[in-house]
Amino acid sequence: MDLPVISNTPPTPLTPSGGGCSSSGCGTAPDALGHLPDHIRAKVQDHPCYSEEAHHYFARMHVAVAPACNIQCNYCNRKYDCANESRPGVVSEVLSPDQAIKKVLAVAAKIPQMTVLGIAGPGDPLANPGRTFETFRQLAERAPDIKLCVSTNGLNLPQYADEIAKYNIDHVTITINCIDPEIGAKIYPWIFWENKRIRGVECARILIEQQQKGLEMLTARGILVKVNSVLIPGVNDRHLKEVSRVVKAKGAFLHNVMPLIAEAEHGTYYGLMGQASPSSEQLQELQDDCSGDMAMMRHCRQCRADAVGLLGEDRGAEFTMDKIDQLSLDDIDYAAAMVRRKEVHDAIIDQLDQQRATRRAMPPPLSGDSHDPENLSPAWRTVLMAVAGKNGVVGEHFGHAREFLIYEASPGGVRFVSHRKTGLYCSGVETCGEGDEVSASSIADEPESVLDKTIATLTGCEVVLCSKIGYEPWGKLEASGIQPNGEHAMEPIEDAVLAVYKEMGSAGKLADKPAESASSRKAA
Amino acid sequence: MALQIVHACVNCCACVEVCPNEAIYADTPHFLIDEAKCTECLGEYADPQCAAICPIECAIVNELGDPLNPPGSLTGIPLEKLIELGLYKAAA
Repeated sequence: MDLPVISNTPPTPLTPSGGGCSSSGCGTAPDALGHLPDHIRAKVQDHPCYSEEAHHYFARMHVAVAPACNIQCNYCNRKYDCANESRPGVVSEVLSPDQAIKKVLAVAAKIPQMTVLGIAGPGDPLANPGRTFETFRQLAERAPDIKLCVSTNGLNLPQYADEIAKYNIDHVTITINCIDPEIGAKIYPWIFWENKRIRGVECARILIEQQQKGLEMLTARGILVKVNSVLIPGVNDRHLKEVSRVVKAKGAFLHNVMPLIAEAEHGTYYGLMGQASPSSEQLQELQDDCSGDMAMMRHCRQCRADAVGLLGEDRGAEFTMDKIDQLSLDDIDYAAAMVRRKEVHDAIIDQLDQQRATRRAMPPPLSGDSHDPENLSPAWRTVLMAVAGKNGVVGEHFGHAREFLIYEASPGGVRFVSHRKTGLYCSGVETCGEGDEVSASSIADEPESVLDKTIATLTGCEVVLCSKIGYEPWGKLEASGIQPNGEHAMEPIEDAVLAVYKEMGSAGKLADKPAESASSRKAA
Repeated sequence: MALQIVHACVNCCACVEVCPNEAIYADTPHFLIDEAKCTECLGEYADPQCAAICPIECAIVNELGDPLNPPGSLTGIPLEKLIELGLYKAAA
């Protein structure tokens, strides 16, 4: 049987012991990059945004040196900046290139897992070419071990493709939401192009043309290109599969379909006009649809343009500009930090290599030998489980989880499919202004609606795994048909998911055809 | 004659990048236009460049105080909607 895999490589059967990726905690994800040539894989193996496996170990940071933008997107509002809000296009403080350098060196010295520095805004980096390239120039000189990335809407990309190549920026992300100008006109109200504000279908046509040309120019120069697309229900949802096909044909190596964020309080066009955001299921369905065409990214957290640290754990508040300003560049022994960083990175890479080797050494398990109790029965149905994970293990209290990792267990094994956020980006004045620090209050202590909302985000899941869970949420989850499970605390996520799946199978719970649930779609 | 940047400005710098006269400078709480340098781009471009790239409605005004990008003109949000949401006043 064919497994739903997230790359276009032939599916590799998983081992009953959890696909061998147990300590990485993200399913079969490493195989998502399996179709890449070795030299590209070597480039991305320690890049937290590109490699699902790497994002548990390696950290990244964005420096917000690029405030200006040259287009308007209907999901963006440049007026809004709330410290509690986390989404692209928003930052708390814009840095000068010199401040950015200082911040990068300080963070890289403090967080040895940091491998990647990106410039992602809060506007468009290529609409701020002076500040963007000055930052890259200085960093290439002072921190040669850090990978440089840039994100762009693509409008100015053809103009700067050579400059990007010059600074050895080998990862570029282009946000491409459409390749049809009629659809584009519903996403982009205007662009600034050749000294004029251009509107309507014409503006979308120019933007698309520049994006596609830029994509081709970058891949021709050997620069890795990831494409981001925002899934906007009713606007480009049916179109994105075609986008995926076209950008892959032009050499993009990864496609990241992200859900639209459209809260009315953000004041965006879509937010105010009541445009719906996709449900977790809609997003997952589209990601699965596109996955036949190219590697999909499922661990993206839609970072702010000033995010710092591991994905999903923003440490930006530790490195605010008033703290950085007190530092002198002389205080940072970057040479020593670089040595230490290399040791840390090598150790992580070694560990990942060993895990891969172990995975390869495992015998193929899917012979369908139902006599072996270790094997999964091919007749079992597919189940979605939510995990309150931390560092690759079932390590989070249900009430403290800001997001749940969604895993799919099937006779083919376990795979990571998505993550779902629990709270709102900004829940109002009471919590506003506290920065990005996680408020440690238990969901059970908060108003019921928060718990209800959290449970609603788990729609389609039959089990939720966590390290601990309170009495009240336990009851509510059960009442909603989701089985809480705290028996696998601190176990590697995949092992835990697989163990629960087997328990369900042994108990005869997997023989029935599933009720109408998200998991039913995935049954092979 | 000169254009003016007013309180709605969010300091995004976009206008600084495109002003042909280098007339725009950073100030607190927002960017300002040096009226001695501003030509409103007459004779150079069909539209004043700052107002042609500015993403914020009502942030740039002419000598009469009229916004070059009035409410709804950049976001496409209908005026009735802005009024209904109580945002028209804030924008204008």
